[in-house]
Amino acid sequence: MKMIAIPKKEWPAGLAKAAGSFRLFGPVKEKEFHSFKRLENGQLPDFSCQNTRLSPKHLVYPQSEVMLTYSLDESRPDHHIMKEAPADTSPRAVLGIRPCDAKAFVLVRMNFDTPDYKDPYWLRAYESTTFVGLSCASPCSSCFCTTAGCGPFHEEGLDVLLADAGDHFLAKVLTEKGAAWVAAGGWTQTADAKAEGRLADLRQAAEAKIASQVQTESLKAADTTALYNAGFWEEVSFACINCGTCTYSCPTCWCFDIQDETRGTSGVRMKNWDSCMYPLFTLHGTGHNPRGTKLHRVRQRFMHKLKYFVDKYDRGIQCVGCGRCVRLCPVNIDIRRVCGLMNGLAASGEACAID
Amino acid sequence: MRNPYLPYPVRIDDITVETEDKNLKTFKFVFLDPADEQKFAYKAGQFAELSVTGQGEIPIGIASSPTEKGFVMFTVNKVGRVSSFLHAMKPGDIMGLRGPMGNWYPWEKMQGKNVVIIGGGFAFTTLRSSIVYMLQPENRKNFGEIHVIYGARSPGMLLYREELAAWEQRDDIHMHITVDATSDPNWKYNVGFVPAIAEKKAPPAGSDTYAIICGPPIMIKFTQPVLDKLGYAHDKIIMSLENRMKCGIGMCGRCNIGKEFVCKDGPVFTLEQLNKTPREY
Ligand SMILES: Cc1cc2nc3c(=O)[nH]c(=O)nc-3n(C[C@H](O)[C@H](O)[C@H](O)COP(=O)(O)OP(=O)(O)OC[C@H]3O[C@@H](n4cnc5c(N)ncnc54)[C@H](O)[C@@H]3O)c2cc1C
Ligand code: SF4
Ligand code: SF4
Ligand code: FES
Repeated sequence: MKMIAIPKKEWPAGLAKAAGSFRLFGPVKEKEFHSFKRLENGQLPDFSCQNTRLSPKHLVYPQSEVMLTYSLDESRPDHHIMKEAPADTSPRAVLGIRPCDAKAFVLVRMNFDTPDYKDPYWLRAYESTTFVGLSCASPCSSCFCTTAGCGPFHEEGLDVLLADAGDHFLAKVLTEKGAAWVAAGGWTQTADAKAEGRLADLRQAAEAKIASQVQTESLKAADTTALYNAGFWEEVSFACINCGTCTYSCPTCWCFDIQDETRGTSGVRMKNWDSCMYPLFTLHGTGHNPRGTKLHRVRQRFMHKLKYFVDKYDRGIQCVGCGRCVRLCPVNIDIRRVCGLMNGLAASGEACAID
Repeated sequence: MRNPYLPYPVRIDDITVETEDKNLKTFKFVFLDPADEQKFAYKAGQFAELSVTGQGEIPIGIASSPTEKGFVMFTVNKVGRVSSFLHAMKPGDIMGLRGPMGNWYPWEKMQGKNVVIIGGGFAFTTLRSSIVYMLQPENRKNFGEIHVIYGARSPGMLLYREELAAWEQRDDIHMHITVDATSDPNWKYNVGFVPAIAEKKAPPAGSDTYAIICGPPIMIKFTQPVLDKLGYAHDKIIMSLENRMKCGIGMCGRCNIGKEFVCKDGPVFTLEQLNKTPREY
């Protein structure tokens, strides 16, 4: 599709125009950290932010979301009957999402959009959103996107890819949705003939800065039970405090809980983020817990991302290499290292023997 | 596509206390909108989420058979928050039902085969559904010999006692009811643990015989070696799992055993399938 040049001096006015037909979201700084928020009238997304501390997954998949409502008031004819909660599905645009976080939605979609069941909450939020990505000119040292099926200029999951080109943004329009957003902003200047080449140069320079890698090529062929029974889980999980930070900050983690909350006679049934790191996640009513130790739970997180997901969908690992869990884990448990251990065991051939 | 989180509204039609300790009750539900009953078309072995408005949802095996019309039935053990609240509810109360969920016993593969059902404790619910389904006159001819080995702690802890007695009278099903112990002098059936009775009464293994096992972990643990000894192949041993669940549709992430979700890819698995998973159940 086509390439537009958006002069930076025309950026604010165009956004103001686009705000007429889109609800705009972008990274804004609050106290110390950036996060994705609804932009106030005239507020600009802060593109100086390397990436937000928490992923923008909450934009499509809120940490707490009302699904259904009910009344317990027996004088009402519909008492105790669940009803769908109203939702705002008017168009919105997320500005400045990084390519890794946009690709993460593509992976998570496979969980919520299946041939048998569709999660209407996730899907309607995703479908009403236009993703305007900002490529990474200077990736963080903990990023390993290029070996995690992604990259600083990766386009999957984006409707527009922006690249900072000095006094203007190069905007590569990738989808119809993206074209509609560019049109709403009134930016019409087609980029010159050299733009493709400039974008490719910027991309190459950025990819060259990614300093860390993961090896994943042997994971698929490995035997599940051999990886599961590997000797290294004790050592890998030893320091974990099961705080859940890794799963909450991860753009590709999607586990949730369902809870009813009643006030007086009316209430809501909601979906809340949950974490495989918590013992309650799998605790049976009888007291039995199939993942009763932290070794079980740490192993589940890595086995899910690096083996079960790989086997189930054949679309690579359930990680885009954003590096958040690496940066935020209080005890420095590092997915790059664990991936190396798993892949190494698989490659050594030992993981082919049935234990 | 229908919102998979939205329960069908149902009314509690009838409640029966099943066991002498009163911890198990059978609930019969009727759909408020009769059209929903068609949408809830199920097979023996599936489960549903009972949605107690304001309390939460619990996954429970469907105890009625698809051949029984006009209601759906569940037998619920009083365990924690939701099941205790449900135990205190009355006929006429309104709640919800989500489902049917999961897979079912392999009825297609078991056509023309012998079936031995081995159940313990209150895990007999979907087994009742299966027996009623197989004994339906137009279905009975589709199966060979049917054996049922079912045990509970004491006679008063057996579920569906009147139906068990009626099945005992029939000659197209071999019932082997047992209790761990009893002081009842009139007890006519077996005394002993399920694995021991299975060893004595289960039909010989063969390519034409399937075993369905449902029960507490301890019973399964000791029954499996018995079936191994009798020569049952692992692809002929069928089990139903009960991992903790919320969504029931393979999305919330908690019920997996490896890449399989017990709620969606199960709850019914062959032992051969389970051998290839991390067996986190
Ligand atoms: C496929 C399947 C079929 C089942 N069939 C039956 C049945 O026919 N009869 C019966 O009495 N019980 C059955 N159970 C077990 C039943 O679901 C639990 O006893 C029940 O969820 C306990 O909920 P609670 O709110 O009373 O207990 P709490 O301990 O307060 O549980 C809170 C929540 O934990 C979850 N939970 C707790 N224990 C279990 C468990 N063992 N399995 C799944 N989720 C759990 C539920 O989401 C529940 O709402 C079945 C479970 C599964 C997975
Ligand atoms: S962030 Fe680190 S310590 Fe916390 S649960 Fe994850 S791995 Fe464990
Ligand atoms: S697992 Fe870690 S590095 Fe991978 S996507 Fe999640 S937070 Fe980012
Ligand atoms: S219960 Fe949610 S994934 Fe199985």
